[in-house]
Amino acid sequence: MGEISVVLPSVLQPLAGGQSLLTAPADGTVTVGRVLDSVTGDYPVLARRLRDETGALRRYVNIYVNGDEVRRLQGLDTEVAAGQEVLIIQSVAGG
Amino acid sequence: MGFMATPETYLLVIGTKKGLWLATSQDRKQWSLSGPHFLMSEIPSIGIDTRDGRTRIMVGVRSEHWGPTVAHSDDLGATWTEPEQGAIKFPDGTDAAVERIWQIHPDAESRPGVVWAGAEPISVWKSTDGGEHFELNRGLWDHPHRSEWGAGYGGAAAHSIVVNPSGDNVHIAMSTGGVYRSLDGGTSWEPRNKGISAYFMPDPNPEFGQCVHKIAADAAVEGRLYAQNHHGVYRSDDNAESWQSIAEGLPADFGFVMLTHPRRAGTAWVVPLKADGERIPPEGKLAVHRTDDAGDTWKRLDAGLPQSEYNAVLRDAAAVDSAEPAGVYFGTRGGSVYASADEGETFAEVASHLPDVLCVRAAVVADATVPAPASA
Repeated sequence: MGEISVVLPSVLQPLAGGQSLLTAPADGTVTVGRVLDSVTGDYPVLARRLRDETGALRRYVNIYVNGDEVRRLQGLDTEVAAGQEVLIIQSVAGG
Repeated sequence: MGFMATPETYLLVIGTKKGLWLATSQDRKQWSLSGPHFLMSEIPSIGIDTRDGRTRIMVGVRSEHWGPTVAHSDDLGATWTEPEQGAIKFPDGTDAAVERIWQIHPDAESRPGVVWAGAEPISVWKSTDGGEHFELNRGLWDHPHRSEWGAGYGGAAAHSIVVNPSGDNVHIAMSTGGVYRSLDGGTSWEPRNKGISAYFMPDPNPEFGQCVHKIAADAAVEGRLYAQNHHGVYRSDDNAESWQSIAEGLPADFGFVMLTHPRRAGTAWVVPLKADGERIPPEGKLAVHRTDDAGDTWKRLDAGLPQSEYNAVLRDAAAVDSAEPAGVYFGTRGGSVYASADEGETFAEVASHLPDVLCVRAAVVADATVPAPASA
């Protein structure tokens, strides 16, 4: 079974025990939503920072797969394959 | 570094658009400021719970990126605790998500552990464990009017919660929707806005839909309430069955703030603003106005306030403490915070040039050390 890596921005790393990289086991392809379920299972506060209680991705949280932001793909249903990397980045917003 | 506080310390907690500050004083004139906590998150709501022999500060925190949450501290900000699963979140089946916590209201001394919250989208919540976990008030969430409630500029929220001493009467205020009353401790709700104008609606006297900005209960007269509306200052003497204007004598009937005295009947404070075209203190001159006769007459109070001020004071950016005489506190969207040790007769500046002040709350606390934040 392969793995999918999830890269966290530095501001969220304290919520994952200081880790910058989390890994989800993957057999073939899985959705980004399932990847997030997997890597945040032990970190419920991290999970709440990324998605609200309906499961929706927070508006200014951007997730990239192969360089594409998932909102331009199939959102949290976007498929990602073992060996690929999921990048979480806070959007440029605020003032 | 931290600073020592002796018995009878006055604590002022200041929530801004970009973090939280704590201020302490022995005399409510000279203040020491500590912060920021939660830098870059807005703090729209604060509750200070001094029941059960401890001081718990509860804060609604909201990051534009990472969403809203509730945290609390039992050591005056040295450490903050955030319940892992979140203190306030909509249950499955509601298909709703909390956007912002607008109000955190510790209940009466006789009901320790009970804390109410108001949130956006319009919802009321109740905790029985000191604010660590809240349950959605289903009577209000399932109310047949809900789909007709609207949003003010700041969002659609329940922002005022007033509970009477026996706990059976609960009044809430929402923008927009108006005042709703429960006579059964929060199980069922009815609108109570008779006499309050909603000039911005086709029918200016609807059963509900008013844009009430803040309500507060009289300290000593049961069933007497005060309301600052989007134009209009009102009083009810019959438990919100009807409302009468008490705006005469004020320089403007618009504003966001409504405060009442912790003990004395008939005393309330407002901070008038000119509106709708402008949202500034009338003529650029900031003043608090106090009534001591339940709104029949008002006294302008501006000693110690700046000569010129063009920033508004938001609905929860004002508070009283429980001391005698009562302290009055408020902050502006320009980041200035003022305190009065004499019920508004004179003000001293607590802080200036902070981010926009969204919420202040004050308390008298026992012997305590206020530490510097562990990290910003």
